Amino acid sequence: MIEAVHFPPALILFAGAFLLPFLRGTPRHAIALAAPLLTLWAVWGVPDGVALGLPFMEYQLQVVEGDRLSRLFGTIFTIMAFTGTLFSLRQGSRLELPSAFVYAGGAVGVTFAGDMITMFIFWELMAVASTAVIWSQGGATAYRASMRYVLVHLFGGVVLMAGIVGVVAQTGSIEFGPMQTDSLATWLILIGFLVNAGAPPFSAWLPDAYPEASWSGTVFLSAFTTKTAVYVLLRGFPGAEILIPIGSYMIFYGIIYALLENDMRRILSYSIINQVGFMVVGIGIGTELTLNGAAAHAFTHIIYKALLLMSAGSVLLMSGGVRRCTDLGGLFKTMPYTATMGIIGALAISSFPFTSGFISKSMIAQGAADQRMFWVWMGLAAASAGVFLHAGIKYPWYVFFQKDSGLRLQDPPLSMKLSMGLFAFLCIGLGVNPEPLYAILPYPVDYVPYTTGHVVTMLQLLLFSGLAFFIMLPYMKRTLTITLDFDWLYRKLFRIAAREAAERSATAHTAAFEDAEKRLAQLIARIFRTHGPHGILARTWPTGSMVLWAAVLLAVSLLIYY
Amino acid sequence: MDKKHWLERPETIVKLWRGGWVLLAILVLAEFTYHPHPYFVIDGWFGFHAAYGLLACIAMVLFAKLLGVYLKRGEDYYDRD
Repeated sequence: MIEAVHFPPALILFAGAFLLPFLRGTPRHAIALAAPLLTLWAVWGVPDGVALGLPFMEYQLQVVEGDRLSRLFGTIFTIMAFTGTLFSLRQGSRLELPSAFVYAGGAVGVTFAGDMITMFIFWELMAVASTAVIWSQGGATAYRASMRYVLVHLFGGVVLMAGIVGVVAQTGSIEFGPMQTDSLATWLILIGFLVNAGAPPFSAWLPDAYPEASWSGTVFLSAFTTKTAVYVLLRGFPGAEILIPIGSYMIFYGIIYALLENDMRRILSYSIINQVGFMVVGIGIGTELTLNGAAAHAFTHIIYKALLLMSAGSVLLMSGGVRRCTDLGGLFKTMPYTATMGIIGALAISSFPFTSGFISKSMIAQGAADQRMFWVWMGLAAASAGVFLHAGIKYPWYVFFQKDSGLRLQDPPLSMKLSMGLFAFLCIGLGVNPEPLYAILPYPVDYVPYTTGHVVTMLQLLLFSGLAFFIMLPYMKRTLTITLDFDWLYRKLFRIAAREAAERSATAHTAAFEDAEKRLAQLIARIFRTHGPHGILARTWPTGSMVLWAAVLLAVSLLIYY
Repeated sequence: MDKKHWLERPETIVKLWRGGWVLLAILVLAEFTYHPHPYFVIDGWFGFHAAYGLLACIAMVLFAKLLGVYLKRGEDYYDRD
């Protein structure tokens, strides 16, 4: 047994982030790979209960507080940081990896935060660091996307902050524990959490910003923000019924928008919202089985989603930036390794039997069935088929098969292959033997995923969904389009409104200015008339008239004095 | 490389379709091998998951198509004024 850790595990990642800019070559790689592993070690050293308290004004912060749920999320966040680092070793940007370390550290910090102030600080740190990850890509498109991204998250942060202040004012306690949605303050906290989860109407920031990051940056982004939101919802709002309709909306939103999408990484971004929707529904149902299911699904989702985005990132890097399905296809011949990894990720996200998605997502559907929630269960079953449709087949089909695009890309370098191989191994390994994951879930697991009935019905759902895909293929022809979303409000309507306002102010300003100019001109003309060169008061008088006037004055004075 | 990859040859694709149909049939027939214990009513119907998976997906594709009519825009939509 390792000795108890009484410092925030996130500090190791932060230290790594500060060291990295000063290093190059092998020492940099060594530190970059060691920091997440050391953090993983520290995560498992955090004992149950408060491990580090700090006084802050009149409050006692619980900077590090451990329990099973914290360690579970801390584990997957650090495994993700390690594998993402391995994948991004060849990344040219020197800003991206340190930013990703701060970002991952923020996520680990949130999972061990025992009070809401600590949680909020790490939460906001994540918003800033993830924006820097997007910046690292460089270019105007990424910059503008990152600005929209950070504005949404800062807005979410303000709402969350207002909620926290409200709860502290009402209860006098900063303790971060289960809450009821019975006051404005707790609602604000819930909304702040949901903004980061990608819930409606704040879903568009995710597919807007994530695909603008670099080939490696998107891999980091896919893991931390939304899954930290799942963590805080698990801790703060287990069993909040409102989460069931919200999560269901997210599930179908992700499917429908991914079906309409052409950009390969944006397809996968929409599918993040779809997958987080499953977790949100699980949290909303709120039984031990579904809470376990949501937590387990977050764990397996991080792995297969990162695997999918690593395969997409490999295509992006090796092709020099080709990202549209319409320009891709037929890559399986020249990049068989990447295609295989992408397919394993696609099978796992579709929860095929003997992949990790099967043993986690089915806990949520089982929980809905146990609670006799018929419509929820029907929705989850349809959505399971839909996941295979929009991500499971669509992504590998359009990128690696479909047609011969003429691209002859090679598989990526070894470090990238290794990172994909590691996550593909975990996708299948956890699918075949879920016990190691079940053992670290928050509640004891009394669930058997592999029964003949479950395997057969799941395969029916999935393979008939596959049949639907190929039947409907003519209806899914990719087009060079984007799909409008709620971000239309701030990207178009507000813009039009602002321009309209600006134009009207400009017109009014011009009119007022012209009016003033006219009045001024009139005034000048009037003065000119009297004081101008030919004005009556500015005339040069002839000497004769002066003599005349002098004579007149003389005559007058003579008359007076005479 | 004149010769097409074996996965791209028309005769392979025909074989894949045939194999696929057989697989789907086996999956539906596999329901005879165990006793289902449904939680609701319709999930106990024979072949429910197969039919539901197929119909739900067709419905989602059609709905997406319909939504696309109203919400699809050109890629430069947000860039142009």
